[in-house]
Amino acid sequence: MDDATMFPSPALGMSRRRAGPQFDPSTRRENSTMTVTTETASPQDLALSVHDLTISLPPGMERPYAVEGVSFQLERGKILCIIGESGSGKSVTANALMGFLPNPIKITSGTIHLEGMGIVGMPAEQLRSVRGRVVSMIFQDPLSALNPLMTVGEQITEVLLAHGVGTKQSRRARAVELLTEVGLPDPQLMYHQYPFRLSGGQRQRVMIAMALALEPAILIADEPTTALDVTTQAQILKLIRDIQRRKGMSVMFITHDFGVVAEIADDVVVMEKGKIVEQGDADQVLKSPSHPYTRRLLAAVPHLTGEDRSRTEKATAPVLKVENLVKTYRSGGVLFGKKRVVPAVNDISFEVAPGRTLGVVGESGSGKTSLGRLLIKLLDSDSGKILFEGRDIAGLREPEFRALRPSIQMIFQDPFASLNPRSTIGHILTVGPVAHGTPYSRARDEAKALLAHVGLDAGAFDRYPHEFSGGQRQRIGIARALMFKPKLLIADEAVSALDVSIQAQILQLLDQIQRETGVSMLFITHDLRVASQICDEIVVMQKGRIVEYGPPSQIFLSPQSAYTRELVAAIPGERPDLAVPDVLDSSAVAGTPKGRKS
Amino acid sequence: MRSFLINRLSQSLVLLVIVSIIGFGVLNLIPGGPLAQYGLDPGMTQDDMARLTEQLGLNRPIWVQYFEWAGGLLQGDWGHSFRDGAPVLNVIGRHIVATLLLMGSSTAVAIAIGTWIGIRGATHRYSVFDYTATIGAMVALSIPTFWFGLIGIYVFSLRLSWFPAGNMYTIGDGSVLDVLHHLVMPSIVLALVHIAIWSRYMRSATLEAINQDFVKTARAKGLSERRVLIKHVVGNALLPMITLAGMQLPSVLTGALVTETVFTWPGMGRLFLDSLGYSDYPVVMGLLMFSAILVILGNLIADFIIAIVDPRIRLA
Repeated sequence: MDDATMFPSPALGMSRRRAGPQFDPSTRRENSTMTVTTETASPQDLALSVHDLTISLPPGMERPYAVEGVSFQLERGKILCIIGESGSGKSVTANALMGFLPNPIKITSGTIHLEGMGIVGMPAEQLRSVRGRVVSMIFQDPLSALNPLMTVGEQITEVLLAHGVGTKQSRRARAVELLTEVGLPDPQLMYHQYPFRLSGGQRQRVMIAMALALEPAILIADEPTTALDVTTQAQILKLIRDIQRRKGMSVMFITHDFGVVAEIADDVVVMEKGKIVEQGDADQVLKSPSHPYTRRLLAAVPHLTGEDRSRTEKATAPVLKVENLVKTYRSGGVLFGKKRVVPAVNDISFEVAPGRTLGVVGESGSGKTSLGRLLIKLLDSDSGKILFEGRDIAGLREPEFRALRPSIQMIFQDPFASLNPRSTIGHILTVGPVAHGTPYSRARDEAKALLAHVGLDAGAFDRYPHEFSGGQRQRIGIARALMFKPKLLIADEAVSALDVSIQAQILQLLDQIQRETGVSMLFITHDLRVASQICDEIVVMQKGRIVEYGPPSQIFLSPQSAYTRELVAAIPGERPDLAVPDVLDSSAVAGTPKGRKS
Repeated sequence: MRSFLINRLSQSLVLLVIVSIIGFGVLNLIPGGPLAQYGLDPGMTQDDMARLTEQLGLNRPIWVQYFEWAGGLLQGDWGHSFRDGAPVLNVIGRHIVATLLLMGSSTAVAIAIGTWIGIRGATHRYSVFDYTATIGAMVALSIPTFWFGLIGIYVFSLRLSWFPAGNMYTIGDGSVLDVLHHLVMPSIVLALVHIAIWSRYMRSATLEAINQDFVKTARAKGLSERRVLIKHVVGNALLPMITLAGMQLPSVLTGALVTETVFTWPGMGRLFLDSLGYSDYPVVMGLLMFSAILVILGNLIADFIIAIVDPRIRLA
């Protein structure tokens, strides 16, 4: 059976589905074979076609159009990935397909056809009947995409209810069937569960179940795996691909991650600043990109390298030595009630040599962030030693530790939340050293020199954080940490919030700074590819314990523990045939810190 | 659940003890005392005064008086009014219905109108309606309740004669309709400030809920805007409002005090003012404890409602 015959024309499909409560796919298929001859939709093999779409932004934004002159097509039964960095217009495009543009943003020209129906200018009521039935959507953050006050079952049956499908019993049965289909354990129980009881991956499965409820022809997935751990991401990608194949669905997949593209895409559209710069077959775009922007993006993608960093310094006494560190979170009543005990950091030992970087990798809940906070003494440890330059700081009280604070500095994840919006950059950089006794004039001169050093111009000193982009802010964050001339930098997911091209630049900057200043680094990240780029040694954490500790060559090429193997295998896009595209071997690789090999 | 109750009740007990100590102490700081009113009475001799003081137990140290009063309270004896010797609970009982009627009706009005204004302001943001509601709320918040009461009496009673100027019922009538007729103005005047507060909070809670991803999910399912609003937006927006309702209770109580005075409404507010004027300690203390218990109960009930409505919250 041809792909196209899998789908009845939407109008006929609706009348049939309204007629009865059954959802059996086999009857549906029969039915559609009969109706296919009467289908009148435009080109039969296109599920979605966007032609010359221009969406305008309200005046005063950085550019007049969110997207401009965008045309692409999604063939039936294919997965089309739209990839771009933040501000590329990929999400606006996805929202436009659902008729979701917020008020001041408007489609000024162009057409969008879903299953042959033009939806630009379609009346609201008609558009509503298309949503969920012809096209449905899943979102990035499964934590906020489900209504916290409704059970999983209610939220799924609501789709059927909204389109007047089935009876109460049949809707319920269908919901349980869908929960089974997306691989959730104990669907009967799951039906009555509230979203907060589910993990991120499970919630995303519920979202997918909901999106599949009426077997729409098109699924739009807006960064559906970005907020998930790498192993969960691998499972969800597999689920989406399996379902797409089984149902012959057409999927439009928005992502910023070339690894994901390599895993899942049939076709790729690359967007930059509201325009399509390249589109075509996934293999072709990934292996021989024609546009310089695509090449730059691809080059910036951190690839897993199994190579160890070359050692420049002789091994000396470690800057930081952690022995049997333990931190347990306790919650619950002091007098009454049951206590909840979560071992966040459980008997952890490692050391960091001067001028070296230790990577701490793990999934959410592994305790890696707690570890970082323990080391900088934002949290008090329960037991164990933290030897900083030979001195145990674990038991120090704040007044005693204060003198050591300048030596251990932190770079935070969120470049937007970590800078006080009401302070000038100059104030942000100098306030710390001045508090520790540096004269202001000297702090100011150092700050200006450092700003230049991290790649910002000296004029930045008098400006405010909102005037800078995410990457620039992260440079400011690094400069702030360096103001103290620290011995140890703790970078907690320092590049996770950044676009890949910016990510590569920041990694390079950190590498350069380490070579110049000899600072040691503890690099906390969930992204194994990033860790493989910058770390001398890596600690793999799971549920508060270290499951593996060794150089990248061991972790990535011959992992000893089953968990590490699982993590490495789950990294998207690291299939050997796509590992290093030919074009990247030449000039482009300079963007990654490993270039310092020579 | 049980541990939550035990926890909260023990906290409430501590709170009540603190309130009673402060209340008792402050009352005894007031110069004059219960017998000051007889001071200018030529018929009262020094001996009479001493006898009265002895009789009421006012000559003993404050802490002895406090413990006697508190001990009685624990046994259910709230003391007797200095004025007419009636048991305090009976005195409060005579006035409580009027106050609860006024508070209840005005809270219902405030919540209904405030919720509606808030939701409409959020869904029609920056519309004429929204701006009017914003300005109206500022006005209602800036002008004191008694002023609205006086203007209401002037316009609707003296000029238009639509509503009575005061009291709870016409003497000799007292039918339900008559009481309702008397209730309209005081409850609306008391509600005004709370409509203003409630609508502002409701507006921002609704705006926050509207921008949540799950609202987008709901639209993506093809739900009608009406269902999206009712089922997904309002439900989530009302959650923080339940806590707010609990916290607003004290201000409704104090508002009732002013409103009852303006409209000569025979409730606890007026009783409080009168008793304070006569330094009728047992009644004043009784009212104080009664309001404290009411406020604590209100917050406890708000917590219970939230736990019932929000599956994420377990009382523990």
